[in-house]
Amino acid sequence: MPSRIVTLTVNDADHELIATPGLTLLAALRDALGLTAAKRGCAQGTCGSCVVLLDERAVPACLVPVETVDGAAVRTLEGVAAGGELDEVQSAFLDGFATQCGFCTSGMIMAAEALLADNPSPSRQDVVEAISGNVCRCTGYEPIVAAVLDAARRRAGRTA
Amino acid sequence: MAHRQTPIDDTYFAGERAGSFTVVGSPVARSDARGHVTGRTEFFEDVRPAGLLHLKMHRSARHHARLVTVDTAAARAVPGVVAVLTHQDIPNNLYTPLKLIGVTPDDEPVLAVDKVRYLGEPIVAVVAETEAAALAGAAAVTVDYDDLPAVFDVEEALAEGAPLVNEYQGNNYFTYEGHHCRRVRFGDVDKAFAAADHVFEWRYQSSPIEQAPVETTGCVVVPQPDGRLRIHSDTQACFFTLDNTALILESEFNKLRIVGGTVGGGFGGKVDVVVEPVACVAAMVTHRPVKFVYGRYEEMQVSSPRAAERIYLKDGVSADGRILARQVRAYIDAGAYSRHTPYGTTKAAAHFPGPYAIPNVSIDCHCVFTNRTPSSAMRGFGVTIGDFALESQMDRIARALDLDPLRLRLINAYRDGDMKAHRKLAEGTALVEVIQKAADLVGHDLPEPYRSMSSTDRKGR
Repeated sequence: MPSRIVTLTVNDADHELIATPGLTLLAALRDALGLTAAKRGCAQGTCGSCVVLLDERAVPACLVPVETVDGAAVRTLEGVAAGGELDEVQSAFLDGFATQCGFCTSGMIMAAEALLADNPSPSRQDVVEAISGNVCRCTGYEPIVAAVLDAARRRAGRTA
Repeated sequence: MAHRQTPIDDTYFAGERAGSFTVVGSPVARSDARGHVTGRTEFFEDVRPAGLLHLKMHRSARHHARLVTVDTAAARAVPGVVAVLTHQDIPNNLYTPLKLIGVTPDDEPVLAVDKVRYLGEPIVAVVAETEAAALAGAAAVTVDYDDLPAVFDVEEALAEGAPLVNEYQGNNYFTYEGHHCRRVRFGDVDKAFAAADHVFEWRYQSSPIEQAPVETTGCVVVPQPDGRLRIHSDTQACFFTLDNTALILESEFNKLRIVGGTVGGGFGGKVDVVVEPVACVAAMVTHRPVKFVYGRYEEMQVSSPRAAERIYLKDGVSADGRILARQVRAYIDAGAYSRHTPYGTTKAAAHFPGPYAIPNVSIDCHCVFTNRTPSSAMRGFGVTIGDFALESQMDRIARALDLDPLRLRLINAYRDGDMKAHRKLAEGTALVEVIQKAADLVGHDLPEPYRSMSSTDRKGR
């Protein structure tokens, strides 16, 4: 099977990539574009460390063959806030001690971004469901759930 | 942003502190959190040097077997495979990580030599241009095994006629200064059992527990122009890894440099030295950067878990709940090799009989070799499972004697100045106060004699 040229808009910038057969979106982001915020924890779609936004939906990038998403828009944690600023989710995670080792954080924040874009005032249960595909081994999840709810309040306060 | 979050109850520190807590109870921002929330924290696998090679392992498909032949020809023929390493390529193939603190003997090969002792033991390392080629190469290695009987149970391993797991040890137990187990003797348990109103003996056991970090164990080794090797690793123990790797490489310590400290979850599972030495050899052989990182399956299957334990506790107790004697027999499953379990077993021996003042104690903690995955460190290893057994035992005694479980613990709790079974004087004890406070918090009724007990005297004991 030949390689293909794939065009992706990643964090608002257009990129052309050589997609060898089976190349995952995760490998394309990390190895071709140097965007290493998304992590490989399991490479089988079960840990959520590699979650990015693909056309605004949260997906595990390790399960997406990049040749199948030609023309798509991708957002990674590097593209969440510009110029050294933090957005509401990032600052809520920072202030709420929702990170420990940090390895799951990128996937957690991207899952939260997708949730809040879709549902600006989620219930606790909504948050739990939104991050149900993301494994955190350190925190016990409680600070993460609290941070996502806090982020929703911060965002509502900003737009009110 | 630091602000007081939780009011501090300094009742118990009134005599020694001026009430000027400035950190306890106040959140302090983590220095690494900003990197985490922006994705800029650099984990080892985020290091992607040009020309990076990938190392994958061909592992034992048997629990216990002699290696008849190991054929690497097909692996070498896989397109993209650059190097194939066997035990002959490792300068000092036999090691044990705790040799740094004087533990002997070396009992584990970096790559298997003439036999394998657990399922998943590394035999041949394949280094290739891509991860896929390395995996294909590792899969192409063929090994002929001559199966040996295997043993998976700590007590069966110590029984007469059990198959010998580790020839370097010579027995299926680690030898402590000539003894078959780590022992503590205090008072006379036999006499105390004979005098006790009740004797209770129960058995406890646990399974191995995988630390399951979200970031799997791994490293990236980058040869430097000056001949040194720079090792980017997620080890929990940078200097420990550097020293052990240097011993395995027969290299001077200053030829290696570890870049670490950023660990995507460890929980004790990343203190063994299992990926760095062979990745370093691969980098030395190929003169190129090499990555060796476990896949999720390897992390769960072959990385060392918390040891399985079996514990027998026998207690002699007076009718009013004083524990007069405690006898402990613990069997701690090291798996096929020592790793950190001889140390964990010693910790267990020192930790028993728990935070209680018991005048007669006998402890035998066995570090046992079986054909299971080698066990090693995990959060309070050697202590946590013992605590599960000890505190389950305390609850069962309380139930058997129809006593309040908190009062039973208060009666027996050690106080400052008590001599512990392993001959350390108890200092700074606070079990009494912690139980009193916990009872308050959950509304558990404690009558006056228990309420006025203190860790600083023996009143009411």
